[in-house]
Amino acid sequence: MKAILTVVGKDQVGIIAKVSSFLAEKNINILDLSQTIMDGYFTMMMMTELPETSNLKETSDQLQELGHANDLTITFRNAELYKSMHQL
Amino acid sequence: MDATQIFETAHMISDENLDIRTITMGISLIDCIDSDSDRACQKIYDKITTKAKDLVKVGEQIEAEYGIPIINKRVSVTPISLIAAASKDRDYLKYAKTLDRAAKAIGINFIGGFSALVQKGYQSGDETLIASLPQVLHETELVCASVNVGSTKAGINMDAVAQMGQVVKAASELDLMTNAKLVIFCNAVEDNPFMAGAFHGVGEADTVINVGVSGPGVVKAALEKVAGQPLDVVANTIKETAFKITRMGQLVGTEASKRLNVPFGIVDLSLAPTPAVGDSVAQVLEEIGLEQVGTHGTTAALAMLNDAVKKGGIMACNAVGGLSGAFIPVSEDAGMIDAVNAGRLDISKLEAMTAVCSVGLDMIAVPGDTPAETISGMIADEAAIGMINNKTTAVRVIPVKGKGVGDTVEFGGLLGHAPIMAVNSASSAKMIHRGGRIPAPIHSFKN
Repeated sequence: MKAILTVVGKDQVGIIAKVSSFLAEKNINILDLSQTIMDGYFTMMMMTELPETSNLKETSDQLQELGHANDLTITFRNAELYKSMHQL
Repeated sequence: MDATQIFETAHMISDENLDIRTITMGISLIDCIDSDSDRACQKIYDKITTKAKDLVKVGEQIEAEYGIPIINKRVSVTPISLIAAASKDRDYLKYAKTLDRAAKAIGINFIGGFSALVQKGYQSGDETLIASLPQVLHETELVCASVNVGSTKAGINMDAVAQMGQVVKAASELDLMTNAKLVIFCNAVEDNPFMAGAFHGVGEADTVINVGVSGPGVVKAALEKVAGQPLDVVANTIKETAFKITRMGQLVGTEASKRLNVPFGIVDLSLAPTPAVGDSVAQVLEEIGLEQVGTHGTTAALAMLNDAVKKGGIMACNAVGGLSGAFIPVSEDAGMIDAVNAGRLDISKLEAMTAVCSVGLDMIAVPGDTPAETISGMIADEAAIGMINNKTTAVRVIPVKGKGVGDTVEFGGLLGHAPIMAVNSASSAKMIHRGGRIPAPIHSFKN
C-alpha cells in the first residue's frame, strides 16, 4: 500500500534523518521525496510504500508521537485519499 | 503527485473541519413483518445486529487508515409504520425499544426510520405510529422519527399537519430532546443518510451504504482566497471545493461498501454545519459578502451556494442522492446563533431561505407556550414551499417548556445550543382545524 507522509514544523537539524531512520526501521520504502522551506517552516512530503504486513494506523500513531517529541506535525495517510480528491 | 495538493488536503482535514459526517447503512425490514409483534421485533433486532455488526469497526478502520474523521456511524430502516401494521398492536413502543436496543448493541449513535408516510392518507399502522411518537421519543435514546405529510405529486395532508402540531407540542411537554429527534417532511427522500430524517425507502435494495459529507469550513476557507471577486468566480470556487469534498465521500463510501460487502448507494453532498468554530454555513454566506446572515441578499447567496455545491458534487461521484445542498440548522451553526442573538435573523427569513436550500426550518427553538396550531401552521408553510418548488422541505422545531424569547436552551454535542426565537402571535387555528387536504399543484403555468 502506498501512503503519503507530510512533515511541517520549525526547521531544525536532523528532521529528515529522524523520519527516514524511523521508516527504515519499519521496512517502509521511500519512493519519492520533496522538501522546501516555506516562511521558515520546514515542509516535507514523502511518497512511501508499506510492506503488506504493516499496519498503517499503528505506524501513523507512532509517527505522530515522533512529531510531538520533535515539535513537528506529521501526518501519514493512504495515498488513495489524495489521488481521489485531486485526480479524475 | 503535486505537493500543494497534498498540503491542501492535509490542511482541510486538520484546520478546516473537513470530515465525513456520516456513514449510514440502510436496512430493509420488509422481511421482518410478522403478525406477532414479539416475533417481528426479534427478527428486526437480529437483522440489524447481523447486517450492521461491523459498521462501527469498519468506519473506524477507514478513519484511521485515511486519516479522515468519520463523525457518525448510523443505521436507517424501512418506515416502521409499514413493518408494524400487520401486528395490530395498539402502540409501537415495543418496536422503538427494539430499534434502540439494536442501535446500542452495535455501537451506532442514531437509528432512523420510526417513520410514517401519510402525504395522501393514513393506513392503520400510520395512525398507531404517530400516536406513539411522543412516548417513543421520550422513552428511547437513539431512535429518530419522521413523518412525511406532503408531496408535489399528492399535495398536503392537512389532517396530518394538524396532528403533527399536537405531537410536537405533546412531545415537548415530556422532555427537551424529543423534538430534536423528529422531522416532519414534505417530499421526503428515501436514501437520506442524515439524521433525524433518515429512513430506508421501500424502493431501495435490501441493504445499502449511504455517505453524507460535510465541509462548510473548507468552502469558507476557499472563498477567503477570492475576496472581492465577482459572484461567478465565487460560484466556481464553491463548485471546485464541493468536488474535492465529494470525491472524499465517494472514496469512503466505496471502501466501506467493499469492506462491509454491502452495495454502495449514494453520496449526500450536503454542507452540514456543527457548533465548532469555523464549521458554519452562516459564515460561508457572510464570506460571500453579507455583514451578517439574515440580512437582505441572504436568500440569493444561499441559493447560489446550494446550487454550486450540487453542481460540483454531482460530477465527483457515481450517484448523488439524499438531500444534497446546504443545511441551515440554527442550533448547530455558530453563525446562525449569533445572527439570531443580534436580532438579524428571524423565522420569516429562515422560511424564505428554506425555499432555496436543501432542508427547512431546522433545530429552531420556540417558546414553550407556542400553540400546537401555530406549529402546524409552520409545518404547512414549509410543506407548501416544498410542494410547489418540487423539493424536500422539513420542520424540526423545538418548543421549550417554561422558556420564552430571550432565553437560551442547551442541547449538547452536535446539536449545539439555541436562542428561543419569536413566533408570530396571530392564530392559525381556524385554518388548521379545517383539516382535509391541499390538492397537488399544477405543473404548468409556473409564474
